[in-house]
Amino acid sequence: MEASKIDRIVRQYGARESAILAILQDIQAEEKYLPRETLEYVSQKMRIPMVHVFRIATFYNALSLKPRGRHKIDVCLGTACHVRGGDKILDKLERDLGISVGETTKDKRFTLESVHCVGCCSLGPVAVIDGDVHGRLSQEKVPGLLKDFK
Amino acid sequence: MIPFSIDGQAVEGKEGGNVLQVALDAGIDIPHLCFSESVKPYGACRLCLVEVVKGGKSKMTTSCTYPATEGIQVLTQTEKVIRARRMIIELILAMCPGDKLIQDMAKEMGVNGVRFKQDDKDCILCGLCGRVCEEIVGANAIQFAFRGDRREMIPPFQGEALSCIACGACVIVCPVDVIRMKEEKDERTIVRWKRTLKMKQCKVCGNYFAPWFQLEKFKEQAKLSKDFFDVCYTCRT
Amino acid sequence: MIIRTKNDLEKIREKGLKSLYPGATKISVGMATCGLSTGAGKVYEAIQKEIEKAKVRILLGQTGCIGFCQREPVVDILEPGKPRVFYQGVTSERSGELVQKWLENKVVEDLLFCKMEKEDRVLEGSVKNYSIQRIPAGINGTPHYHQVPFYSKQLKIALRNCGFINPDHIDEYIARGGYFSLYRALFEMKPEEIIGEVKRSGLRGRGGAGFPTGNKWDSCRKAKGDRKFILCNADEGDPGAYMDRSILEGDPHSVIEGMIIGAYAIGAQEGFIYVRDEYPLAIQKLKIAIRQAEEAGLLGENIFGSGFSLKINLFRGGGAFVCGESTALMASIEGKVGEPRAKHIHTTESGLWDKPSNLNNVETWNNIPVIVSRGADWYSKIGTQGSKGTKVFSIVGKVKNTGLIEVPMGATLREIVYDIGGGVPDGKKFKAVQTGGPSGGCIPESLIDMPVDYDQLTQVGSMMGSGGMIVMDESTCMVDIAKYFMNFLKSESCGKCTSCREGTKRMHEILTEITEGRGTTDHIDLLKELGWVTAEASLCQLGATAPNPVLSTLRYFQDEYEEHIINKRCPAKVCRALLRYRILSDVCKRCGKCIKVCPAGAITGKAKTKKESGKPFKIGTEKCTRCGMCFEACKFKAIEVE
Repeated sequence: MEASKIDRIVRQYGARESAILAILQDIQAEEKYLPRETLEYVSQKMRIPMVHVFRIATFYNALSLKPRGRHKIDVCLGTACHVRGGDKILDKLERDLGISVGETTKDKRFTLESVHCVGCCSLGPVAVIDGDVHGRLSQEKVPGLLKDFK
Repeated sequence: MIPFSIDGQAVEGKEGGNVLQVALDAGIDIPHLCFSESVKPYGACRLCLVEVVKGGKSKMTTSCTYPATEGIQVLTQTEKVIRARRMIIELILAMCPGDKLIQDMAKEMGVNGVRFKQDDKDCILCGLCGRVCEEIVGANAIQFAFRGDRREMIPPFQGEALSCIACGACVIVCPVDVIRMKEEKDERTIVRWKRTLKMKQCKVCGNYFAPWFQLEKFKEQAKLSKDFFDVCYTCRT
Repeated sequence: MIIRTKNDLEKIREKGLKSLYPGATKISVGMATCGLSTGAGKVYEAIQKEIEKAKVRILLGQTGCIGFCQREPVVDILEPGKPRVFYQGVTSERSGELVQKWLENKVVEDLLFCKMEKEDRVLEGSVKNYSIQRIPAGINGTPHYHQVPFYSKQLKIALRNCGFINPDHIDEYIARGGYFSLYRALFEMKPEEIIGEVKRSGLRGRGGAGFPTGNKWDSCRKAKGDRKFILCNADEGDPGAYMDRSILEGDPHSVIEGMIIGAYAIGAQEGFIYVRDEYPLAIQKLKIAIRQAEEAGLLGENIFGSGFSLKINLFRGGGAFVCGESTALMASIEGKVGEPRAKHIHTTESGLWDKPSNLNNVETWNNIPVIVSRGADWYSKIGTQGSKGTKVFSIVGKVKNTGLIEVPMGATLREIVYDIGGGVPDGKKFKAVQTGGPSGGCIPESLIDMPVDYDQLTQVGSMMGSGGMIVMDESTCMVDIAKYFMNFLKSESCGKCTSCREGTKRMHEILTEITEGRGTTDHIDLLKELGWVTAEASLCQLGATAPNPVLSTLRYFQDEYEEHIINKRCPAKVCRALLRYRILSDVCKRCGKCIKVCPAGAITGKAKTKKESGKPFKIGTEKCTRCGMCFEACKFKAIEVE
């Protein structure tokens, strides 16, 4: 990420230490992950030791150090989705995409992740693709779900 | 001074002090791993559990994080405390079966075997090295990363600890002695943090006494003269 | 306009009433996340097109969630002189029909689910009757809103506005009595009186442990310090609970008003709402609401011209369950990792940046304007001895009517699961209800007539938590559920305390052994001992309650554990390693579908064609990965699991 872009994000929060999480979230929203060089730049710019930036980046689920694909699939594994077979949906996606949860397909099309509840429990099992919630899934519906994503 | 009792013995604590320190000063042994008087109490290992009776109510808590409080009764050897400590040392032993200190402590507490699968870790995640590095040295070279059962004490990105000045404070403070320091000729290496630094030679005795990087950093921090560290500590005094 | 006097507020109220009841037909689409994910956006567009086509003045708006998530998208039509009607399961294809028929004074009968002739106004304690002059054809057989089993036992206080106002319109919130409580609090009550009222109301924290709200406020007010904070926990972390999301999406001002009243009572100058990053719509609605309240002079400097000021900041959480713990949440706002610290000094005295801080969750704050408006006497008449008011529950899992409901404290589990939830679907047998999220437990069928309140739930080994209720039937395995929660907790624990990090990890490990057929009888005692030490020796409430899912299932379903350990069987047919899939040759039609879907190539046989009768189908046990694809795909129920 270009330094000017990072500067703009940091400035928006007045470079306060308490804004570190929000700054990392904003960077990730643009880059889809947190590149090492970007974290090092943020650490210098905000005068927060790198160990603390790294600690925060690895503590919160919302942050990722690994590059992600063009589309992000989050399979909900909340309790309601679990009792309705959420893990089977995840299995099916792993098989169809040929990757394990947390990984990105070779063609960079999809990154597959799991989340603990997106709050759409009445529609379970649920998966979120690029922020859109898809409910009432079954293993059979999975191929149809993916076909519109390039 | 703040008067209270530990196992019936009258003790006195300082304002802002903690129960564990008072106990140790009074010669009362409470097992502990993540406590050192040189850094702030943290309460991670949970071995220093005691029962605290206050206002007629009793609760189990870690003595390192419990402030010295007037009139409390601290009990270090209750059935509950012993039962909890035994399970905790068993859990640590399962995590780090090769650590000598942990083996000895377990034996002392009457824990002779482990009922869980054995991991092959050596770090007990007490956090002392990270806290010393931050609070005392100010280098901030290592710290906890990740969360839950993936928690680790590592340099950023798991590579070489680029802020490490190879002072060796972490080596000294590690209770299970798994951070090693190696010195060969003009080089010092902190093995665990993959950090090797060139050492400076004393102009008087010729010994290699400290890493260049560290001395430069100290000079900068304390605004010392350029030639301040040309001579080693021993020869200077 | 900036609201300075009660008269100003009344003027906005008039404006809002015109927006709520515009004197023309108004169609509202439920557009909270549940609605949007089932196509409410397309429904909205389709209705808009139809209105343009019809060239009649019909207003179209959006609203929050009316709770019946199972039946989303929900659309309601309100026309002066007619009963209000609610449609369910509306699709974009059928949206046009809704408009056309309405213009013909008819309804689309198969989509209609209830009608409404009066509206409860909780804040004002009144009922608004619609004046009914014309009745659309085909509506007579439709039940009234209050007669629908899903709603008849509900009492909506927290959800008072959800589904009835446009959350983006502060005017509509004011029209239903909003911000009048704030006016009353600022000008007619002293801070101590407000705290007294909240104390007497008996309100307990809706976020988990149920600490009395008034007492918390009192200790924060009395704490020394010139700078104080109020915080709102909107980091709804319990999987299976989404009441806070729904309130924020459907009625964000109720939370803001509650917080301003609280800040005034406590003497705080700044507030934070710590909201889940996974709730983008809630964040958006909150941003709009905060801006509107500031523009109206109800938030920010010199509120209502009273001299009292409050700034409210929005803080996006990073996705960490442990941040539901007050000290972890505060550390997170300070820019640190969400690691709890020892609380020998309460956060009400030394919390955020070591200043006195008062933290309540979304539903708690949302109740405050009602208590101020209706008074503690009224509020405390609702509920049980120790738990006053109502509670919102999300009733999900193996239940017919899933959704968000609100009942008086003390409603029984039977009323919730059967009368409101409609019981278990597909003729299956009810087994348990899981409450309290990962800190809670599973309550068995034998306790179904138990009244639900804080103390009762704790007594049976569970807890209130934020109000998730996951219904489980005979096809839910209780050992698997315990394993599920330990997996959740071992990764959501911050990892600081040995007892919590290693305790949850080892409990998960043992439960995995049991579900994979390697369990031993010693494992049960070991689980109990691990559970004890995790709860007793850990620093924060996450650790203290972490073993509940294991201990409560052991308490009520030990036979299921033993079945796994001794007979290597999973009675619910969930634990894959213990399952065998088999094709019933007499039922099998040899259609060949199972072979096509099997990812492991484990099925042999030849499909029947017009010429050949095919070869019998079999599942090879070695190759079978027990994914269940064949079972799902078989239309003839020819595949058996044992």
